[in-house]
Amino acid sequence: MVDITPRAVDAIPPAEVPEVELYHPRSWWTTYVFAQDAKVIAIQYACTALAIGLVALVLSWLMRLQLGFPDAFSFITPEAYYQFITMHGMIMVIYLLTALFLGGFGNYLIPLMVGARDMVFPYVNMLSYWIYLLAVLVLVTSFFAPGGPTGAGWTLYPPQAILSGTPGGQDWGIILMLSSLILFIIGFTMGGLNYVVTVLQGRTRGMTLMRLPLTVWGIFTATVMALLAFPALFVACVMMLFDRLLGTSFFMPAVVEMGTQLQHRGGSPLLFQHLFWFFGHPEVYIVALPAFGIVSDLISTHARKNIFGYRMMVWAIVGIGALSFVVWAHHMYVSGMNPYFGFFFATTTLIIAVPTAIKVYNWVLTLWRGDIHLTLPMLFALAFIVTFVNGGLTGLFLGNVVVDVPLSDTMFVVAHFHMVMGVAPILVVFGAIYHWYPKITGRMLNQTMGQFHFWVTFLGAYAIFFPMHYLGLVGVPRRYPELGQTAFIPDSVHTLNAFISIAALIVGFAQMVFLFNLIWSIRHGKEAGGNPWRATSLEWQTPHTPPRHGNWGKELPVVYRWAYDYSVPGAPQDFIPQNDPGTGRTAMGMA
Amino acid sequence: MAVALVLVLIVVGSILFHLLSPWWWTPIASNWGYIDDTLVITFWITGFVFAAVILFMAYCVFRFRHREGQQAAYEPESRRLEGWLTIVTAIGVAAMLTPGLFVWHRFISVPADATEIEVVGQQWQWSFRLPGADGRLGTSDNRKVTPENPLGVNPDDPAGADDVVIQGGDLHLPEGKPVKVLLRSIDVLHDFYVPEFRAKMDLVPGSVTYFWFTPTQTGTFEVLCAELCGVGHNVMRGTVIVDTPDNYQAWLQGQPTFAQMTAQNQASAADQIKP
Repeated sequence: MVDITPRAVDAIPPAEVPEVELYHPRSWWTTYVFAQDAKVIAIQYACTALAIGLVALVLSWLMRLQLGFPDAFSFITPEAYYQFITMHGMIMVIYLLTALFLGGFGNYLIPLMVGARDMVFPYVNMLSYWIYLLAVLVLVTSFFAPGGPTGAGWTLYPPQAILSGTPGGQDWGIILMLSSLILFIIGFTMGGLNYVVTVLQGRTRGMTLMRLPLTVWGIFTATVMALLAFPALFVACVMMLFDRLLGTSFFMPAVVEMGTQLQHRGGSPLLFQHLFWFFGHPEVYIVALPAFGIVSDLISTHARKNIFGYRMMVWAIVGIGALSFVVWAHHMYVSGMNPYFGFFFATTTLIIAVPTAIKVYNWVLTLWRGDIHLTLPMLFALAFIVTFVNGGLTGLFLGNVVVDVPLSDTMFVVAHFHMVMGVAPILVVFGAIYHWYPKITGRMLNQTMGQFHFWVTFLGAYAIFFPMHYLGLVGVPRRYPELGQTAFIPDSVHTLNAFISIAALIVGFAQMVFLFNLIWSIRHGKEAGGNPWRATSLEWQTPHTPPRHGNWGKELPVVYRWAYDYSVPGAPQDFIPQNDPGTGRTAMGMA
Repeated sequence: MAVALVLVLIVVGSILFHLLSPWWWTPIASNWGYIDDTLVITFWITGFVFAAVILFMAYCVFRFRHREGQQAAYEPESRRLEGWLTIVTAIGVAAMLTPGLFVWHRFISVPADATEIEVVGQQWQWSFRLPGADGRLGTSDNRKVTPENPLGVNPDDPAGADDVVIQGGDLHLPEGKPVKVLLRSIDVLHDFYVPEFRAKMDLVPGSVTYFWFTPTQTGTFEVLCAELCGVGHNVMRGTVIVDTPDNYQAWLQGQPTFAQMTAQNQASAADQIKP
């Protein structure tokens, strides 16, 4: 047993740099609209992400209606179906999850958790949100453009993405999609630099890196990764725009489109796939690492026990982040790339399972001998572990090159990535909202609606995606608007598809209850007080709830301990806030 | 209590679903039984881990749920426990990766006696080309694609003259003989996918990709496209018929060669020019 809390309170050095005067808003506009307060920007990010996420939810209903009942809806043409899946995927991965975790939770929690007054570059932070909003609007515009949005699949593989056989390929759809992504990346870079610099430079006195809550470690590492990964997508988007608009041939070899020789020569479709997945695989962890961090803090707080193996958790986050840059081609085992790459990428991919498994062990070991309060955040955290373990393990099928061959491009893949990077992180988003809503609004979310939302979402999502793996095992390909008469597909597959569709509609309905709860509780929720969960980290120790601009009143907090001093033997209560100087030895626990 | 019970039911339900569900892979019709074996090993290992982790969690939730006066233990970390768990996990991962890499090595090592055949994809149909008496496929180029020469076979390459071109028809293969499938696309990405063969590979315009397999069962198999290729993706179907070697030879004799097709096309074109 090793004690990693500091032995005694060292003298906390005086601040090296004087505090910088904050920009104080002078009007309603600069307080709520063109705001430079990270907390307002966070809420702007979160509301925009949830709004566009609602569009993605409706699209998923439409696609499930088509898959479950292929003959019933004549308005869902193959063109429309492909547009639905493309926009659903892109919105969920980029415009909802990335924006919500980093722009939403990052903005709200980083300054509060590290003990800063705001992000270090508040003006750039504001620009980041407005460019993100512009990116979302450009994306929405494509629904109304001639030819509709692109239907190239969220991976946007050329050549089909820019040819006429794909919806939006020769119309506005693909152009608006690529433009929107370029805008998103510009906006994200502004925010991302802010998050990284704030974590590195904006921490209050006593807040060493190894005293940061894991939420900050997750968001910080994910942001560093995003800053390194998004440029690959950026150049890929620019190059494809050139191919489409200027007739260059970055990704376009000599092809014959519907009997017509095109002028392109010598480009490489595989180059796009490498660029896309060099971004795309880290993207999985850009979504997952903030979820890992947040769920660690939820479990620790609600089990009243320190997170087990904090240092190992930090190194696992950093290790996963680094490794995830050398696994990208496991998305390309059957792409026609040099087959010898398979050995390398299968090995790196399966190695990443080790630090990931350590994280799972440490979560469940935190529960061991805990004092588990089955609050809504804890329930969502438990549900996260179930779905993440399930989805993570099926990743071992797809990562192990030869096992991937029969399963690649089937519904098994769809089931896997939805479970591991769709359902699991979104369950954390919900848990996090139930956890931090009292800090943001001063009121608790309604418990009854919350319980209903939890059980329907968790069990419903499992009922959707667990059986879906078996469709892939049968051999059902993904991205088929209907299966038609296919010899090897038995009728029972259609029954299962209908079942999954009904489950999806029910889960979708439960999200309406959640949205209603979010709005209803602002006025009618129970008063929360400043620290309803009796948590240790700094955001719960603010002088005001909700925290005001500048967060801390006159004096910045000083940090004396890590964020996990729960149930310390001999302490007067079962938690010691990070800014509590404590009573020497007893408070330090087992030193 | 209820939560712990639900977690147990999820594990039990998932295992029962796996064992009892009617949804399982198609009967295999190629030599890639190794892939199925590796997949089954992976199911066993991952299924065990899933059950172990979730059941342990259910136990914790039941045993350490909050009751009045309970206090959690204070236990920051345990290097020994973390070390052991890391080692056990690494062994489990190696147990899946090692057979996987061995089978992958077989998958990419084409036997010397494999017959080369060509599959060509275009929106939204499959075409095929078999080597003629010389056993070699002629060269090809998308820039040579014309209505008379839809696969872009190089007319100046003598090796291509006796190639058998199957435009929109069924592909026949002899049972028991390894085939190296060369894949080529006229327009966009496609993927040649026959679930019963287990193997699949993308067709990439601008390059020639390949995989190999040996058909082990006679019969008729449906070819699907497994890489999104536009609005006709799901209707891009074809048929592979695996014959006994005798039947295969009989079928092959009846197919026209590239040279014959070209001559016929030129003749009909000449007919059209005449008034």
